[in-house]
Amino acid sequence: MKLAVCAKGEGLSAQVDERFGRCIFFVIVDTENEESVVSIRNSNADAAGGAGPQAAQLLAGVGADAVALGNVGPNAAEALKTAKIEVFTGIVGTVANVVQQFREGKLVLLTEATVPSHAGMKNRRGGKG
Amino acid sequence: MKLLIASGKGGTGKTTVAVNLALAMAEKKIQLLDCDVEEPNAHLFLNPEYSSEVEIGIPVPSVDYSKCNFCGRCAEVCMFNALAVLKDQVMVLRELCHGCGSCAYLCPQKAIHEIECPIGQVEAGKAYQLDFIHGRLNPGEAMSPPLINAVKKAAAVDRITIIDAPPGTSCPVVSAAAGCDYCLLVTEPTPFGLNDLDLAYQMVLKLGTPAGVLINRCDIGDCAVEDYCNNNGLPLLYKIPWDMDLARLYARGEPVVLHIPVWKDRFREIFFHIQAARKVAMRR
Repeated sequence: MKLAVCAKGEGLSAQVDERFGRCIFFVIVDTENEESVVSIRNSNADAAGGAGPQAAQLLAGVGADAVALGNVGPNAAEALKTAKIEVFTGIVGTVANVVQQFREGKLVLLTEATVPSHAGMKNRRGGKG
Repeated sequence: MKLLIASGKGGTGKTTVAVNLALAMAEKKIQLLDCDVEEPNAHLFLNPEYSSEVEIGIPVPSVDYSKCNFCGRCAEVCMFNALAVLKDQVMVLRELCHGCGSCAYLCPQKAIHEIECPIGQVEAGKAYQLDFIHGRLNPGEAMSPPLINAVKKAAAVDRITIIDAPPGTSCPVVSAAAGCDYCLLVTEPTPFGLNDLDLAYQMVLKLGTPAGVLINRCDIGDCAVEDYCNNNGLPLLYKIPWDMDLARLYARGEPVVLHIPVWKDRFREIFFHIQAARKVAMRR
């Protein structure tokens, strides 16, 4: 199974990123084969709007079966559901920790959004328009 | 003349100035456009009789799944992230779509056609001797510029037009300002008024629209706005003092120029100051 983990950096030692649409990297791990680790920079992290669905599109494109994240907004949750990508939450520590937690069945399967739209945009400068 | 009444800050008196200016000069065949389509309020002072109401929409993509091969081109060309291609589905995020049509035009399979999606109405009518046009954006709708453009398109070209702009300095104001040949910036002598006047002035400088300032409630606050005008060579055209009659009539939704003759004279004076400043600006 291909599991995408939202992370702040590349590889298994990277710290997790709570945000989905605006996380810096997706670290994609094959849970049956630990050797297979691919880190993809999230090109939508700075998008003005619609980062979540674009991130879901990116994961669908690389064939991810599941994603492990901290929080997810309503548009992103719908997009992930449409792309038939399972959503797990409860991540802490490093990507390697998350993969371990996933194997042990300690991550929580989500069926809906955990935060309202644009939650991942706080701490960014922005305005109307 | 196409005159924009704008301000960075909200609540400085744009609508008061726009409505009273238009009514004070009504013999000149003036048309008044309320382009604050998110919160139009000029009609509250004018009670217009509407003769037309037109639905305005933007074209949004609709996918024909018998033709779509999920190549992803539509999402790639969309500048606004309004489309996401997810395996065997295309998700359309209506609230992000600007109606530009790129997705439909560039789809290699010709699988996208556009459907008109209503965003609001343009209403036109008469109030006193004025031609009055405004737009009403549907609640929850995010994209006001297409409706603002529709309000402006509904106006006649051969007469003096006064446009009540939305507050701020973002896309809606820029849409309202396009094609205007003078901008009156209405402000108040407070730190907030000054901060937002500066933003608004930077905006009109970029747009190349000559501008002058009207200070409302000029006898409150401080003199920083006046200093700002002097230091930047920004003409200060008029100052309106705080006035109980004006406030009382405003609260009742009554234009002051229809009730107190001296205010009609004052607003005519403001109009002539604007005309003169515009002439000076055009000579430059």
